Amino acid sequence: MRKKMIAMLLAGGQGSRLYVLTKDLAKPAVPFGGKYRIIDFPLSNCVNSGIDTVGILTQYEPFELSEYIGNGQPWDLDRMGGGAYVLPPYQRNTGRDWYKGTANAIYQNLRFIERYDPEYVVILSGDHIYKMDYAAMLEKHIEKGAAVTVAALKVPLSEASRFGIIIADGDGYITEFEEKPKNPRSDLASMGIYIFSADKLKKYLTEDEADPASENDFGKNVLPNMLEASEKMAVYSFEGYWKDVGTVDSLWEAHMDLLDASDLDLYDKNWKIYSRSPVMPPHMVEEGAEISGSMVTEGCTVGGKVERSVLFAGVTVEKGAEIKESIIMPGAVIKAGAKISRTIVGEKAVIGENAKVGCSCADAKITLVGPEAKVENKAEIEPGAIFGKEAVK
Amino acid sequence: MRDKDVLGIIVCNMHDDLIPQLTASRTLGSIPFGGRYRMIDFALSNMTNSGIEDVGLVPSKNYQSLMNHVGNGQEWDMSRKNGGLSILPPYAGERGVYRGRMEALYGIREYIKASDAANVVLSDSDVVANIDLRPVIREHEESGADITLVYKYSEVFKEKKQCAALFFDECGKLLDLYLNPELDGKQNIYLDIAIIKKPVLDELIAECASKDEHSFVHSVLMAKKGVLNIRGYRFDGWCNKLTGLRNYLDANLALLDADVRKSLFPAERPIYTRVRDEVSAKYGENAKVSRTLVTDGCHIDGEVENSVLFRGATIEKGASVKGCVLMHNAFVGEGATLEWVITDKNVVIPAGTHLAGSEKYPLYIPKDTVL
Repeated sequence: MRKKMIAMLLAGGQGSRLYVLTKDLAKPAVPFGGKYRIIDFPLSNCVNSGIDTVGILTQYEPFELSEYIGNGQPWDLDRMGGGAYVLPPYQRNTGRDWYKGTANAIYQNLRFIERYDPEYVVILSGDHIYKMDYAAMLEKHIEKGAAVTVAALKVPLSEASRFGIIIADGDGYITEFEEKPKNPRSDLASMGIYIFSADKLKKYLTEDEADPASENDFGKNVLPNMLEASEKMAVYSFEGYWKDVGTVDSLWEAHMDLLDASDLDLYDKNWKIYSRSPVMPPHMVEEGAEISGSMVTEGCTVGGKVERSVLFAGVTVEKGAEIKESIIMPGAVIKAGAKISRTIVGEKAVIGENAKVGCSCADAKITLVGPEAKVENKAEIEPGAIFGKEAVK
Repeated sequence: MRDKDVLGIIVCNMHDDLIPQLTASRTLGSIPFGGRYRMIDFALSNMTNSGIEDVGLVPSKNYQSLMNHVGNGQEWDMSRKNGGLSILPPYAGERGVYRGRMEALYGIREYIKASDAANVVLSDSDVVANIDLRPVIREHEESGADITLVYKYSEVFKEKKQCAALFFDECGKLLDLYLNPELDGKQNIYLDIAIIKKPVLDELIAECASKDEHSFVHSVLMAKKGVLNIRGYRFDGWCNKLTGLRNYLDANLALLDADVRKSLFPAERPIYTRVRDEVSAKYGENAKVSRTLVTDGCHIDGEVENSVLFRGATIEKGASVKGCVLMHNAFVGEGATLEWVITDKNVVIPAGTHLAGSEKYPLYIPKDTVL
């Protein structure tokens, strides 16, 4: 049966501005929100929007991500005639290539799309935290009779130069595109979420591929080309929480948003975020522990003080340790007397006894301790430092 | 390696009468335990962690919640093309609800016969323990026993319920078995887990059926102790055999002890359960929690001490919860106080309510009660 819409999820990003967190891990696989990884958000959005086929394009450090996706069962994406597929670059008789850009990545997988012969394709990225109903966006796309619909949200004009900016007419059709403009003329930023009518996607990707000068990027090449060809391009205005968690600061901020009453409600039963759950017992709050304004996940043992922080699964906080405004990723151990403030601690890192990491001053820079890094007893790590397994900065 | 040589059978409705409150609408196997588990999870996880791939569950009544919980067995890695988990409800028109394990087994004799396993692990679902069955099976095979009974050397239950004390001779063969003995001190208490040679079991099932006998303890262990080679295997880890509501409270609160958790939840042999996709527990600004087990999906802004909170419990500001076991989705309103209370699923305690049982006699609030 012909599918209405399938999703193609670009998950090849390196996320170089997350430094040691993405040294051995693709950015979409970075842990988020206590139980999740970033990719759980677009994946859960797909499932909650009624999409049952998702191609996940991987390139950078794909192993952990592939293992995590597995057969797609946690997202209910282990389906007959569909489901979740991890799509790394591969060799074909015309040669082989890495994914050269976002457009090229999809181009190289046109055969995957053709196999399901969908009417529409939604292109997603695995870098953002948000909840969105792609089915509602598709409705808009159909209603507008568009070749492509681009999801966009209003950003402060002062920040607009970081984004792809959309200028639209009164009817919601795109008239102009500006990729990271110095002097933005609109506050409508592209979210990197596109719904294409499948035939148009094929047409423009094939043309883009034939152009040797192209960078093979949706924002830089494909969409401007479509605009030039006077295709109908609609804008879909999104209101709600959306955050690029591509930097240490933004990843930290997004977690603080979770703790504050923000628009990002993970507890909404009507739009659950699914994840591959670790198999761990409930978390134990020991005698003398103090936890407030925080999120704590199964498998943790907390004996110390935890304030305005997020503890992922299986974290140990020994007695006398103090954690403030920090994010402690799965399996990390915070030893007795250690003080951690405004810090992201990577998976399985160990913070030694009485060590001091970061600073709790309101304007202190965010500190990053990488996965499996070991901070020695009594060591002091300056705010804003990046402390990796091999102590890089 | 997976062990196709052993068939697991779990009889889910044995001992239902021990905790009539908790089994009013469910089998003993689906009684919630320890924040996120059901009783059956321990038996199932022990089997899967021991490499046993084919497991038959034998419920007899009230098994909707059980079926809902175990599904196709996928969480225990038992969703297999050949074998895996099988739920074997009784055929209508036979005897209806089985009276004992042997009758339960008679009802599934075709399933047992179809297996080419050499041994059967026969387990109930009333024991909370993390038992590696591989050494038990090894010892069973090496000793040449027909039946090997897993026991724990521990105190005789005060309630004198479902307590079978085993006595062995010098060579380790079963000499005698006392049910609910008038004995004090430590004895070898049977944990309702037995390894049985399959040909022996096939014969015993047929024999018991022809004599209209249904009890494994009476018609097999007691009656055949001189005829069959029945031996024991001593388990030394932490375990609890459910004997009543008070014991249920004690066993849950025992998990607050670090050594108990270490024995029950070793990283290499996890206890699996149905995944519910809950969010991490959230602590408010006013939360004060001490010596408590907290599960994902909880919202705590009040005071909790010496308790076990299941998934989705909400403790509002100013509320106080002490010595309690609150099952899924409990709601404790502002300023309410609870002491020695067990709430079943979906119980609502409005603001300002005061409820107290005692440590020796906990107050139980049935499922879906809105006070």
